Amino acid sequence: MKIGRLLIYFFLILFAIFYLTPIYVLLVTSLKSFVEVDLKTMWRLPKTISFESFIQAWGGDPKRGLRGLSQNFMNSVYLVIPATILSAFLGSMNGYVLTKWRFKGADIIFPMLLFGMFIPYQSILIPLVQVLQKIKLYSTIPGLIFVHIVYGIPITTLIFRNYYSTIPSELIEAAKIDGADFVGIYRRIVLPVSMPAFAVVMIWQFTSIWNDFLFGLVVAPNPSVQPITVALNNLAGSYFVQWNIQMAGALITALPPLIVYIFLGRYFMRGLLSGSLSGV
Amino acid sequence: MKILQKDKLYSFLFILPSIILIAIFVYFFIFWTGFISLTDWNDIFPSFNIVELRNYIELFQNFRFQISMKNTLVFTALFLVSSLILGFLLAIFLDQKIRGENIFRNIYLFPMAISFVVTGVVWRWILNPGTINNPVGLNQILDKIGLSFLKSGWYTDPKIGIKAVVIAAVWQMSGYVMAMYLAGIRGIPSELFEAAQVDGANMWQVYRYIVLPLLRPITLGAIIILGHISLKIFDLVVAMTGSGAGFSCDVPALFMYDTTFRGNHFAQGASIAIILLLMVGVLIIPYLRYSLKSEVKR
Repeated sequence: MKIGRLLIYFFLILFAIFYLTPIYVLLVTSLKSFVEVDLKTMWRLPKTISFESFIQAWGGDPKRGLRGLSQNFMNSVYLVIPATILSAFLGSMNGYVLTKWRFKGADIIFPMLLFGMFIPYQSILIPLVQVLQKIKLYSTIPGLIFVHIVYGIPITTLIFRNYYSTIPSELIEAAKIDGADFVGIYRRIVLPVSMPAFAVVMIWQFTSIWNDFLFGLVVAPNPSVQPITVALNNLAGSYFVQWNIQMAGALITALPPLIVYIFLGRYFMRGLLSGSLSGV
Repeated sequence: MKILQKDKLYSFLFILPSIILIAIFVYFFIFWTGFISLTDWNDIFPSFNIVELRNYIELFQNFRFQISMKNTLVFTALFLVSSLILGFLLAIFLDQKIRGENIFRNIYLFPMAISFVVTGVVWRWILNPGTINNPVGLNQILDKIGLSFLKSGWYTDPKIGIKAVVIAAVWQMSGYVMAMYLAGIRGIPSELFEAAQVDGANMWQVYRYIVLPLLRPITLGAIIILGHISLKIFDLVVAMTGSGAGFSCDVPALFMYDTTFRGNHFAQGASIAIILLLMVGVLIIPYLRYSLKSEVKR
């Protein structure tokens, strides 16, 4: 092997270490017992493996007033599943109309929808809270689901629109001649070939809704409805919580999207790349 | 013909809910925020007396706002440059028929799947400086490998502040840039590479004069995506440092949150939000117009 190639491998491995370091820290710290946790030995492997910190991060410790993450984990699950499925269907419907039933003004509507995905949500938060309070959805899980569906419209529409524009229009025209109507074409021609796009969109929405922090923080101030990211931030912000509990909590929070990434990484990549307009 | 008319109506009804929702929750809400920013609603009880630009004038004189604006620009510049360079280097190195390419790629990209909050919690600990006699985290490693001169107070040092957060942000996002560039490089016809090699170009020249110019749309896309995330950065800062000593880690998104939802200065908060929106808009709107126009041409 030439020296040049050795250097390339050296560089690649060096950065692999950089990307893996936080995972190493998360793992070794969360597997340490309370007696072993010490800042000075944070890089060392645990002498004995202990799951104490996971039990406390998950279940809490009422004696010390420590809230566990279990309830918030379930909140995130209840939130992410309906929001993901519903926003995927909305995106699919929009993509179908925007590519196969182009109406006057579609060229303006699409960028107008798309803009919604780039805005800083700070610029809509005050009215959002006011309206959610009015319609009694403030600080509820259905309220959070609704918010994620609405602000998921741009990205889901974008991915489906790009995907559906690869379905040949002749196919649709032929079906029309055969007498299929709007809904029939959607159900019998478009939906059956949509599975890859659904996979991409649902994985994208799952990860971004699970990882959301701002909406959870502002729309759900009540701890019993907070999603897990907000609860983790509270957990990590309390000074009496040991490092191993914080790291166990962080690992629990990171796990569902990581599992998705490990098993469905291919679709995850596609979602990432379609997030950039020019990459499609 | 009748059927076609009905179908047209159906198709419009299909997309109508989304149009209405976006019209209200994006455009009307932005308008409403803009309106609030012109009022005197600066305590818990809503009040809508117009004070014109007073909130903005006060904002620009506000010490914390000035720092947070400066921090955002520093953060965005450093974050963009480092992520682009690192992402590009990783992509061209990975393109050299590397053994275990898949494994490397997955390792570089997985941080993208993780919440900024998790990233913040972990990096806060890794970059915890400890004390001079008892260095911990990264400082401890630097001591061990003989690079003690690189030790620093990281985010606890007001002179560094937000720049320490850049490290965590690059950790999270540079793999994304790598993936975009790698997909772009793989899309370049191999004849181009071969032709250049026949002409006697070395690897550096091939990448510098052939690949990089061809990847310009990807570079632009990456700047837009990372840029708008960076201008809006909130979760990572909250979880990792908060606004920091002397606001050295503060950003407008966090300042807006504190002002509005902790301080109940709604009109002030709205004016920060509008400034933030304008900054992102300056970046995004020309790009949206450009990419949709070039799409029509295709």
